[in-house]
Amino acid sequence: MKLLTLNFVSCARKACKSSTSSFPLHPRDAELELVEMEFNPQFLQNMLPKLEWEALQIICNELALPTLPSSTPAASDLFESGGEGSSPAQPTQVARDLHKLLLETTIREGLLVCSNCGHEYAIKEGIANFLLPPHLV
Amino acid sequence: MEYLIRSAQQHEDFREAEIKALATLHGFDVEILSYSNESPYCVVRLPSDDAAKLLIERSILACAIYRLWGQGSDYDSLHEDLRSRTESEWSKYKVSSFWFQIKTFQSKRSATARQDIVESFSYLPFDGPITPQNPDVEFCVCEYFDKGTLTPKQIYMGRLIGNSCRDVINVYDLKKRSYISTTSMDAELALVTANLALAGPNKLMYDPFVGTAGFPIACAHFGCIVLGSDIDGRCIRGKGEKDVLSNFRQYGIAGRWLDGFTADLTNTPLRKRRFLDAIVCDPPYGVREGLKVLGSKRGPVEEVYIDGKSAYKQADYVPPKKQYSFTAMLRDILQFGADTLVDNGRVVLWMPTANDADVELPFPQNPYLELVSVSVQEFNKWSRRLLVYRRLPSVEVDAAAISAYNHQAGHTADELNDFRRKYFQGFKS
Repeated sequence: MKLLTLNFVSCARKACKSSTSSFPLHPRDAELELVEMEFNPQFLQNMLPKLEWEALQIICNELALPTLPSSTPAASDLFESGGEGSSPAQPTQVARDLHKLLLETTIREGLLVCSNCGHEYAIKEGIANFLLPPHLV
Repeated sequence: MEYLIRSAQQHEDFREAEIKALATLHGFDVEILSYSNESPYCVVRLPSDDAAKLLIERSILACAIYRLWGQGSDYDSLHEDLRSRTESEWSKYKVSSFWFQIKTFQSKRSATARQDIVESFSYLPFDGPITPQNPDVEFCVCEYFDKGTLTPKQIYMGRLIGNSCRDVINVYDLKKRSYISTTSMDAELALVTANLALAGPNKLMYDPFVGTAGFPIACAHFGCIVLGSDIDGRCIRGKGEKDVLSNFRQYGIAGRWLDGFTADLTNTPLRKRRFLDAIVCDPPYGVREGLKVLGSKRGPVEEVYIDGKSAYKQADYVPPKKQYSFTAMLRDILQFGADTLVDNGRVVLWMPTANDADVELPFPQNPYLELVSVSVQEFNKWSRRLLVYRRLPSVEVDAAAISAYNHQAGHTADELNDFRRKYFQGFKS
């Protein structure tokens, strides 16, 4: 599971949905890998306003990844400024770092834990399993 | 300005919806001036040649678009119309190399008859060379015949603006795809579905019944970053070398497959947050694949223990699933769309119906979504419809509709699967 996807999921239990502690899910015993993805700074620009930056910071911290800036980068941080109009704007290092973090950093094996109910969702071969047993549905 | 679109005479009911969707995708208006499911020729009004080119480039069901030079019910009226529309433009092509194509629908023309048709345009003052390969300008005469007749009923003449990308259907042909299942959507309709979803670069698309990822592949072809889930994780994981990812690799678009995960839409882990640009799905009808959701058919149950340990924590645990109503599932999909789509984001879903009018299922509705188009694919005794909805920006949502919708919420949740019952009764009334 990519870190971008992790930013859009919470505990699947209906009982947990209203609790703020059901998001983000916390990785445990996570084994990370980098999966190459198409670099698309415009897609990042589309996603930036939809991200929960604070949750992303928590995840980065828990996975011992480099510390993020304290607030969401602005769209203008993704492209080099200058060169009015002539050539299309070049993506910045910020864009490349974000791409690597959100789209390429993958939890290959491990668990995602809800800190509201303690339920653990397993990730195997990069595929997270959010199915629930009947007593939790 | 008026343009002639020449389409394939296939999946007719989807063509108009596709043209309109592509205009919406590129942000310009299209006005359909004449269209019929019985004819491959359609006349539209578009702002410019550039718009026409953009429109056709992404089209799957159209073949080509032409600037309309003239039309008529016979050659005399065609020539007269052509003269009045374009005489001022003729000089532009005086020295250009050019070529004439002739397309007939429901009839044939011999080589000499074709020659005669081309020569009837000899009053055009074109002095350039006649070159079939890469001419500067290409004209097309399109004839429509009623079946079994020898004189055309309607004739169009136009200057070629651009061709469609119909040939990508071959690239994505299921016969050549390494990993498919019994219910995979054929490549042509999957690509059309992606067009109706306004798939495009920089967008995030999600399929909650991903299967072998037919729709995500079609959307990724157009540049989308795609996400899929299924209640049956085995289909995403695949077998051996063949899995969803290997399909993406086959087409060189693996860099657009964001994630696959195992989940049930009625207990989705995705948050109620407006982050998706499109939701595309072909939900299980309950015929070839069961329509099930998480839970026990015995109703609420206690936790199960095996040898004093929670059963669900065992490695090989498979959670039980129960039957679910198709009507309720459609309702859940639309509500999920209302919760997660951005403004003007689209839900595109397939829904089966019996051809018999009195067993027709009503279209599912949601106050936050507006039905944009309905296209029908007919089979012998049943048909399926492709429903396209647009997420209304919050200011456009009708408050009265929301309260009416919430009021009737309790009723339909446990309805039986009407379609499944009728299907197995052989659609006898």
